[in-house]
Amino acid sequence: MAEPTTTRVPFWRDVRVLTILTQVIFVVVVALVAGFLYANVSTTMRQRGLVSDLRFLDLEAGFEIGEAMIPYAATDTYGRALLAGFSNTLLVSVVGIILSTILGVVVGVARLSPNWLLSQLAAIYIELIRNTPLLVQLFFIYFGVFVTLPSVGQSIEFQGIIFANQRGLFLPRPAPTETFATWAWFILGAIVLALALFYFSTRVKTRYLGWVALLALILLPVLGWFIAGAPLSFEIPVRERFNFKGGMNLSPEFSALLTGLVLYTAGFIAEVVRAGILAVRRGQVEAAYSLGLNAGQVLRMIIFPQALRVIIPPLTSQYLNLAKNSSLAIAIGFPDLFSVATTSANQTGQPVPVYLLVMATYLAMSLFTSLLMNIYNRSVQVLEK
Amino acid sequence: MKKLVLVSMFVLVALIVVACSAPAPAPSAPQVVKETVVVKETVIVQPTAAAKAPEPTKPAVAAPTAAPAPVALGARFTAIKSRGKVICGSNDQVPGFGFLDKATGQFTGFDVDFCKALAVAVFGDAKAIEFRPVNAAQRGPALQTGEIDVLARNTTWTVSRDATWGLFVGVNFYDGQGMMVDGKKYPTVKTLKDLKDASVCVQTGTTTELNLSDRFREEGVTFKPVVFDTADATFAAYQGGRCDAVTTDISGLVARRSLLNVPADHKILDVVMSKEPLGPAVPLGDASWYNVAKWTLFALINAEELGVDSKNVDQMLTSKNPDVQRLLGVTGDLHTGLGLSKDWVVKVIKAVGNYGEIYDRNLGPNTPLKMDRGINKLWSKGGIMYAPPFR
Amino acid sequence: MTTTAETIGPPRTSVGALGWLKRNLFSPWYNALLSLISVWLIYSVGGQTVQWALTARWEVITSNLRLFMVGSFPPDQVWRVWLVVTLASLLAGMSGGIGGRTARNIVFSLAASFGLFGVLSLAGGGYEWHFANVLAIGAGYLLTRGRAQWGRWVALAWLLAFFLTLFILYGIEKNEWLPLIGTDRWGGLLLTFLLSIVGIVFSFPLGVLLALGRRSRMPMISLFSTLYIEIVRGVPLVTVLFIAQIMVPLFLPEEMRLDRIMRAMAGVTLFAAAYMAENVRGGLQAVPSGQVEAAHALGLSDTLVTVFIVLPQALRVVIPPIVSLFIGLFKDTTLVAIVGLLDLLAVGKSVLAQPEFLGLQKEVYVFVAGVFFIFCYVMSYASYRLEIALGVGKR
Repeated sequence: MAEPTTTRVPFWRDVRVLTILTQVIFVVVVALVAGFLYANVSTTMRQRGLVSDLRFLDLEAGFEIGEAMIPYAATDTYGRALLAGFSNTLLVSVVGIILSTILGVVVGVARLSPNWLLSQLAAIYIELIRNTPLLVQLFFIYFGVFVTLPSVGQSIEFQGIIFANQRGLFLPRPAPTETFATWAWFILGAIVLALALFYFSTRVKTRYLGWVALLALILLPVLGWFIAGAPLSFEIPVRERFNFKGGMNLSPEFSALLTGLVLYTAGFIAEVVRAGILAVRRGQVEAAYSLGLNAGQVLRMIIFPQALRVIIPPLTSQYLNLAKNSSLAIAIGFPDLFSVATTSANQTGQPVPVYLLVMATYLAMSLFTSLLMNIYNRSVQVLEK
Repeated sequence: MKKLVLVSMFVLVALIVVACSAPAPAPSAPQVVKETVVVKETVIVQPTAAAKAPEPTKPAVAAPTAAPAPVALGARFTAIKSRGKVICGSNDQVPGFGFLDKATGQFTGFDVDFCKALAVAVFGDAKAIEFRPVNAAQRGPALQTGEIDVLARNTTWTVSRDATWGLFVGVNFYDGQGMMVDGKKYPTVKTLKDLKDASVCVQTGTTTELNLSDRFREEGVTFKPVVFDTADATFAAYQGGRCDAVTTDISGLVARRSLLNVPADHKILDVVMSKEPLGPAVPLGDASWYNVAKWTLFALINAEELGVDSKNVDQMLTSKNPDVQRLLGVTGDLHTGLGLSKDWVVKVIKAVGNYGEIYDRNLGPNTPLKMDRGINKLWSKGGIMYAPPFR
Repeated sequence: MTTTAETIGPPRTSVGALGWLKRNLFSPWYNALLSLISVWLIYSVGGQTVQWALTARWEVITSNLRLFMVGSFPPDQVWRVWLVVTLASLLAGMSGGIGGRTARNIVFSLAASFGLFGVLSLAGGGYEWHFANVLAIGAGYLLTRGRAQWGRWVALAWLLAFFLTLFILYGIEKNEWLPLIGTDRWGGLLLTFLLSIVGIVFSFPLGVLLALGRRSRMPMISLFSTLYIEIVRGVPLVTVLFIAQIMVPLFLPEEMRLDRIMRAMAGVTLFAAAYMAENVRGGLQAVPSGQVEAAHALGLSDTLVTVFIVLPQALRVVIPPIVSLFIGLFKDTTLVAIVGLLDLLAVGKSVLAQPEFLGLQKEVYVFVAGVFFIFCYVMSYASYRLEIALGVGKR
């Protein structure tokens, strides 16, 4: 190698040539396979009268959807039906991500608690959840729990305003009255004050400022409620012939799906949180204690910020899993995107564009979530070196 | 050196791929394909169809295909023959129609018997079937993509389905959509209007799902659909009390009611929400296969009309009735137009019986379902079941 | 990962049971409160669960046990499944003889449970196979005890046994002893296992190729691998399975048809390969670049470096993640129930449609969950011990 050589490397051993050649062959092979598949698809689709355009989106759907975030009726188009399904997927994903994060962090911290009993309980929960399939859990929660709730006639009720039965959970629905605007100022004020106090409390090492902030956050709106005079009225569900009317209704399908997704994902998030906390060096904690911080402060100011760096990447994939797992809704009758798409594909007779559209939507959702989490991840990473 | 080995491996793979894709319509460029497509569509071109049939890897069961078929077989019929079995999209959850007998792992039922008849017609063997359970929402795509050769799964014949899913071969059961409620819980419910704001369990991807919203819209009352992907889940939810009512074809309600805890508690409302002509369907694109399926169904109905059944079919071979003679292939050569063997109807009737026998065996008075023939009686006996003649 | 001592800090000197209680349950005031809440939780939930378990109608399980295990596999051919299980037991015994304490414990518990089931079924019959399994485990164990150098061969035997299993179950056409059993008759736990094992075995080489492809310096190959991995990871498994079950015939010529179960296996494999690739890539990144540079300096070509230097080190690191991938896959195979295959969960669903067992959802789903729990827990425990033994994941 050392001597300058004039003999040329033969082209079949030239790395550059080989690299290009390999890629060319690879591309050709991929193109051949793709071409073969494409040829078959276009032949079969033509034979069976299938199309690959999206014209079906403008046709009338004709089927009802049990519940949707956006107004939808059977006379609307397939496009709107799919949108309604997508809104349900979004709803259950977003609410699920928030709730499972809260539960996951609580369980993860409990798992590391010095309290032996609590930590064992958390361990049992984590093992039970992580080692059984989500679909089985969903079936159990839906068919084993929600459907076996008492019938409408014998609803479980709390103070005559909250009802639980086979048709789901019925809650009073808050509706703003004319004094709501006044009250809103109180809430805004409370939030600003609490944030200021909280920010201040991290600077000054007083133990009680944090509590004061919390107190302000609660007391001020309560005070405002009475000053403004009933800014909200509550529409209480009333029983009718078949069902409760009015109020807010969480259907059993939605509740079961949400419960299942939250319980399942929380089990995984708990492990992620635990691993993150354990990744914080013990010396950090000891040093913090020796500086006189209390347990809550250590958790909040020393452990979490450092653990977060380790937690974010695996947490992202848990969020993605939750969003993708929401497609299991079809098994328990919740009209999510996939479920509505299945119906649409069947009714329109155009499965190819419908499923391509659905997969593209899930893909976009996943990519968007990871993008957001990557941005957040970059902001929490400590700049080292 | 190692690189060389790698490269040559790639080349080899490429060669194999090219070789494999060669018999397919034009291996690479899609532009070329568009032209060949036309050839594939015109099924009448005999040599292509014959040439395209690959060497049968498995010997066709009982090989009744020995008779030279002068009719041009389409791609699907050819594929079925070389495969040696019919792939039958079936229901595994409706007692009486299509049901997986869990103890034996065998499919039985009214629709399943049609598949068996088809298998006998083509192969002379009722076992030459692969059952492919499909739920309501999957059956359309399954038929369109050609995943199944025939869909025999209490499916309603509609114009849009004929246009997009596949071709319906006829009606083997005239039905109507009904509504079932718990009569004990809601004794006063008589009509759809009484079901205002009720929750109704329904299976997704069905005509019932569409009719449901049509009828309620027509009545001007609102309701809440609770939609499931399988019949089992739908009725489990109804049984559990998740819904006030459940809707499907009346035959399905009757069949399903027999499985509920206390069948007598549940009443089927005296309303027929729609016409539901149920029948088998085959994928688009092969007229020869469509004919075989269609005339298998007609053969079953004609056999009942002519009094040919599984017990007397051998005696009937000597019948003087020219209609019977033509049906059983004693005279004439009607079978050649279908590409089947001469005695195909004899074999079919021997194996599964005529339409009436199939009905009685699966749904009739001696079964738990005890379904009256009603309008499904032959036209000559006061019903509307009618088949074109064998001529 | 599992419930072990990792969380307990440096050793403490405990002063009797009371001291332990005080320190661990009641030390600051809020801990006492938490303990009380925990006790209440355990009492109310646990008490109800036990009460339910004692009154539940378990006959729905016992009378359908064969369905749960093998689905609609022909009853007179179930011996083939047993044969496969016994083969696995023999190999498990051999692995137990070679492996460490954990492997031994697991294998012994396996033998003990077979023994227990055998004794339980003494009255009802069918105990022969249970005891045969105990014997097979014992024989395997004695054969390899103290012969750690056989490890490689046992691993090879596992791989061979995998293909032998497929052969035994599938059979030969028109054979008297081993008649062909179409894959449409495979079901229950058997199908669940086959799907996940096939998925993991075949996704492994695919995943390694994709991981290498993604890190490749050749832009086309790297682009293709990255696209594949990201797209597959971005869509739900159920859509992949749905496409595999319904849409695949569109892509094939009319006369070509893939078997349903095989398509489900292909779907699971292609799906798992993307996740496998990311795991392997993690392992590849963990190999210090000095290793690669040193190998290059010794004059090894790229291919040789990859095969003999990088991959062995990378794969050692990724064994635990692969085990968790397998557990995930094992659980995820339940999704085939949605597309209409008769796996363990689908059997559960169809059993619930039997008129005499209506409304026993809790019993059936708890049983199905229990089966999954046992297998997943054992696997995750084993993987955790393996992690320690391999010295990875150590801080």
